Amino acid sequence: MPLYRDEAIVLRTQKLGEADRIVTLLTRTRGKVRVVGKGVRRTKSRFGSRLEPGMHIDLQCYEGRNLDTVTQVETLDAWGDTISRDYPAYTAQGAIVETCDRLTEEHAPAIQQYLLLGGALRSLAGAEHDPGLVLDAYLLRALAVAGWAPSFHDCARCGDPGPHRGFNIQAGGAVCSVCRPPGSAAPAPETLVLLAALLTGDWVIADASADRHRREGNGLVSAFLQWHLEKQVRSLRMVERV
Amino acid sequence: MYEGVVQDLIDELGRLPGVGPKSAQRIAFHVLQSDSVDVARLADALTQVKLRVKFCTICGNVAEGDTCRICADPRRDLASICVVEEPKDVVAIERTREFRGRYHVLGGAISPIDGIGPSDLRFTELMTRLADGVVTEIIIATDPNLEGEATATYLSRLLKDMGIRVTRLASGLPVGGDLEYADEVTLGRAFEGRRLLDA
Ligand SMILES: [Zn+2]
Ligand SMILES: [Zn+2]
Repeated sequence: MPLYRDEAIVLRTQKLGEADRIVTLLTRTRGKVRVVGKGVRRTKSRFGSRLEPGMHIDLQCYEGRNLDTVTQVETLDAWGDTISRDYPAYTAQGAIVETCDRLTEEHAPAIQQYLLLGGALRSLAGAEHDPGLVLDAYLLRALAVAGWAPSFHDCARCGDPGPHRGFNIQAGGAVCSVCRPPGSAAPAPETLVLLAALLTGDWVIADASADRHRREGNGLVSAFLQWHLEKQVRSLRMVERV
Repeated sequence: MYEGVVQDLIDELGRLPGVGPKSAQRIAFHVLQSDSVDVARLADALTQVKLRVKFCTICGNVAEGDTCRICADPRRDLASICVVEEPKDVVAIERTREFRGRYHVLGGAISPIDGIGPSDLRFTELMTRLADGVVTEIIIATDPNLEGEATATYLSRLLKDMGIRVTRLASGLPVGGDLEYADEVTLGRAFEGRRLLDA
């Protein structure tokens, strides 16, 4: 039976049979995989908390016909544990892992998505920034990696240098007065500055932003995400914003 | 694929928790080969449980009447409530004979990715129970996994500043296990929950 070893982050778990779990992981080198954790739900399981959502692990599995089976696992970072004790961060983690699950495919290596996910969970666990901002930064970058980078400055249609007042999800972001389709939004300029900062990782600007711009930005990011993923991201409505 | 009713039965069985396609097939053929009296008894038990068993209007546990056996028992301590995820957790705690209060069954744990948020669980009902000030202690006994932990985090925040003593079941080391096999989260929790030994 072929064995493999990889670094991974746990996305979600589902109960299987009496005491097992199917664990969906994003691995560093082999993309998303679904593995079986035998006996994880028993309180005496040797896997303990290691196969819980948000945990960063080093694991060994053997390949099965349908699902691989975990043989050994060690914790690298217990992000999920720290996050579970901070409710707003926990709800942000929910939306992050659900989006990651949707943007990645089984056995298709996705190193950039892996690094983004790890960065977002590390930041949530470290309580470095407002969880809502960490979530929005993650969503914007994960969409960008998937090929849907929004524009917050130059016109998304003609490339005319910004800033522009109009914003249109379908058009791909900021739109100039010529390209601006009817029904475009006109967010506050500070909101677009915030979103651009989140996309590029400029936390000095993001941390200093005002609540109303965070709220408006969050609405645009959610709309942008839903537009690209046909099916709704369920956990998004449960995110608790400060 | 089998024909008509046999396949229907396999499909229905396959929707049960923990029953995969192979087990569903095995159970279906077991039923086919069983005595009709046995099958009728099984069918009747299924129908009766849906007809007769309801959920306790006070705590959400399974009950044959409006209230469950525990809520109806006058000897139970009204000042303390133990919050659990599922009715089966009530059974597990009752077996210990350690707890003399009443329960509150949430109906699950908060799990955003599965679409389960606080409004899908019985938090409002719990807050209503606390309104008259009789309850002075809440013991949170959600599952010792991260969803259970997050649910406990949410609940303890709800109960903050209410003047109620809130405790969480210690998640320590499994009895009968070796310390070296404990993962770091379990070991960390066990440290937090350590207790003083009598000298
Ligand atoms: Zn333009
Ligand atoms: Zn009851």
